[in-house]
Amino acid sequence: MSIAQYLLLSSVLFCIGIYGVLSRKNGVMVLMSIELILNAVNINLVAFSALTDNIAGEVFALFVIAIAAAEVGVGLAIVLLIFRNKQNVDLSEIDQMKG
Amino acid sequence: MMMTNLLALAESIPSKTVQASGWFLETAWLIPALPALSFFMILFFGKRMKYKGAEIGITALAIAFILAICCAGQWINQVNNAGHGHDQEHHQGDDHGEEHQDSNEALNSENIEIAASENITIYAAEEKGEGYESVAVDAVIQRFTWWESGGRTFHVGIMVDGLTVMMLFVVTAISLLVHIYSTDYVSGDRRYTHYFAFLSLFSASMLFFVLSENILQTIVGWELVGVCSFALIGHWWEEKPNSDAALKAFLTNRVGDMGLLVGMIILFWSAGSWSIVDINVAAINNEIGQSTLLIASLCLTAAVMSKSGQFILHTWLPDAMAGPTPVSALIHAATMVVAGIYMVARLYGVFFEGYDIAGSSFNVLALVGSVTLVGAGLLAFVQDDIKKVLAYSTVSQLGYMVMALGVGAWTAAVFHLFTHAFFKAGLFLGAGSVSHSVHSFDMKKSMGGMRKFMPTTYKTFLVCTIALMGIPPLAGFWSKDEILVGTGGWGLFGGTGGNGTYVFALVMGIIGAALTCAYMTRVIYLTFFGEFRGDTHGHGDPHESGKRITVPLIILSVMAVAAGFLNLPVGFLTGNTTGWQERFGHYVEPVATYFPGISHGTPSWSLAIFSTFVALSGVALAAHYFFVKVKAQSPAATELANGLTSKNKLAKAGHTVLKQKYYLDHLYTDIIANGTKGPIADAAYWSNQKGIDELVNQVGKQATRSATFVYEKIDQNLVDGVVNLSGKASEGLGETTRTIIQRGKVHQYAAIMFAATTILAGLFIVFV
Repeated sequence: MSIAQYLLLSSVLFCIGIYGVLSRKNGVMVLMSIELILNAVNINLVAFSALTDNIAGEVFALFVIAIAAAEVGVGLAIVLLIFRNKQNVDLSEIDQMKG
Repeated sequence: MMMTNLLALAESIPSKTVQASGWFLETAWLIPALPALSFFMILFFGKRMKYKGAEIGITALAIAFILAICCAGQWINQVNNAGHGHDQEHHQGDDHGEEHQDSNEALNSENIEIAASENITIYAAEEKGEGYESVAVDAVIQRFTWWESGGRTFHVGIMVDGLTVMMLFVVTAISLLVHIYSTDYVSGDRRYTHYFAFLSLFSASMLFFVLSENILQTIVGWELVGVCSFALIGHWWEEKPNSDAALKAFLTNRVGDMGLLVGMIILFWSAGSWSIVDINVAAINNEIGQSTLLIASLCLTAAVMSKSGQFILHTWLPDAMAGPTPVSALIHAATMVVAGIYMVARLYGVFFEGYDIAGSSFNVLALVGSVTLVGAGLLAFVQDDIKKVLAYSTVSQLGYMVMALGVGAWTAAVFHLFTHAFFKAGLFLGAGSVSHSVHSFDMKKSMGGMRKFMPTTYKTFLVCTIALMGIPPLAGFWSKDEILVGTGGWGLFGGTGGNGTYVFALVMGIIGAALTCAYMTRVIYLTFFGEFRGDTHGHGDPHESGKRITVPLIILSVMAVAAGFLNLPVGFLTGNTTGWQERFGHYVEPVATYFPGISHGTPSWSLAIFSTFVALSGVALAAHYFFVKVKAQSPAATELANGLTSKNKLAKAGHTVLKQKYYLDHLYTDIIANGTKGPIADAAYWSNQKGIDELVNQVGKQATRSATFVYEKIDQNLVDGVVNLSGKASEGLGETTRTIIQRGKVHQYAAIMFAATTILAGLFIVFV
């Protein structure tokens, strides 16, 4: 398989992720979409790593996975707290932070 | 000169080297470790124990004492075996020429021997007139690397040879007795536990110092004992004189410590090693220049002068009597103050070569020692405080030791250290026992006639006094006589010289002996004879102290009698018993590459008889004055009403000088300290007012002027204008972005972020 197929897969995932982030109103869905974006990047990293026979990319992907786990942990905690306070997680209604 | 050195060196080259070994010698580090452990245990658990921590200290010291005895036994065994195993190969050096030739061969092959130190070279030479072979028993050295830096290795370890073993025995023995004595003497003290903790720490420090393998450890141990001395002198620090005395001891010692540091640094850089053995070997083999060694020796002599209380840095030692009496006995009589002597004895190669002791008749060490021993002896006459008399006596006896080292009588110095430790500790503890009962140290006001009340203390004190006076056959006689022989000055009546002819030292030594006898007779009369002059405040007559005080006194007085027989002079015994001569010197004096080839003076009957005669006449004169004249005046009198000082102006002036302790304290505090303090302060004030203040004022004025200008013209108009403008601009920008961009919509933020990323990525692709 050539590198192009990996890149294609990852760009498709990336676009789905961006679409999800921008269009979904549910906070949980937005978080999942962000996961998609990160995994798209991971696929890119691993693919190029395999291509160039350089372990650095895979190591980097592992870092990304670890940080993504931490990020989603924090994100879900925030979403949970928002749910407790407002009984829903509609992001369009959360605008208390406006200037 | 060079030739004599070579010959001396040749004689000293050991015929055969035997490495001493044995469990006790190799684990001698346990001896200081035990009191160190006990220090921490007393600090942490002492107050909760039944006897407030005293039992921990006594146990630790008792075990250390047993270990020290085992060490001594093992060492003696090693030396004996080395001698016996060697008998077969021994060939008699009948012809001295041949012997020297052989020795020189040995000298030539020395480098090879050093390179291959494993080799055991078998060669025999009988030392002239010594009666025992020079079989070298190498010191046990155990060490490990502490750290390495810049290619230098720093070791920590122990070095055990005869000298070390002797010191281990003395320190542990006296420390143990002092511990037992203290349980009674300081009982009920508010810092009882701390007192025992510091006694333990002191013992540990002193033993660590004694065992040190390199000069770095020597310095550490030296400072540690100084700190303990400071803490124990100031044990009752609530009273100002006590804490002053502690400070004085510490600060005076700092003066000498500078000398120690500088001297040790010189030795390190010239020998390239911290090891005591290496430094001594380098000094003896002339690998270090004579002038370098001389400078190092002078610096180290300054250290000896402060630590071992030599003129003119001795002034702290009498003041140090402010501490508890057992502390004075342990630290300021028997052990710590001999640290200087021990250091010189340990690095004797350096001093021997540096001062060229073998080939001269004068050097700084001998001068300092002999001046001290007479000067301090005179001062002892005018003190009314019994402990101060003993303190000056200690200074005087330390002067003997320093003088002996200065004239090359190494064994005599170390032997005097050994005997002096016992009888002087006995005297101090005896004085403590008396004061325990009359609650004062003043002989004139609170003592007199004590022999009736305290028979045991009186007897032990008298025995120790006779030992100190150097009257045969007690310990002090043998060691003092050996020092006088070692000066080599008694050429007149057939006694042959040691390492040079130090007539000056001999004369001072004999004068010192007479002085010692006289002032000790005065102490005996004032304390134990005549009529009791004290006031017991209605508690009845003074009474004898308890067992815990008298038993150590008895043990010490037995040692004061017996210790002298350990080193009977050659020629004293005949027939089968000659093997009992010079035992101490045989086992303690190293016969090794790190020890210089000193020659020993031949004992002389005429000198022994003469010095005894001088000593006895000193006793007789003082006894005539006190026991006849003063007693005839009144049993309670302490001096003649119309004595010499009231009739003769010169005597009066001399008395005043002595009372003022040669004005040394005035010199230090009034002239040196105050004299420099005033002018320095004045000069500092003047330069402060005229120089610095003026400058500061001018700078201030100019600064105000320019600041006013800056403030009015630049700050108010230009800077403030810019600041205001930027503030307004950012305010406007903020207002715009707040209303348009930051609306709290998450999706909008995300969209802006992605858009910006896309634009940046596009720019990246296009331009890079």
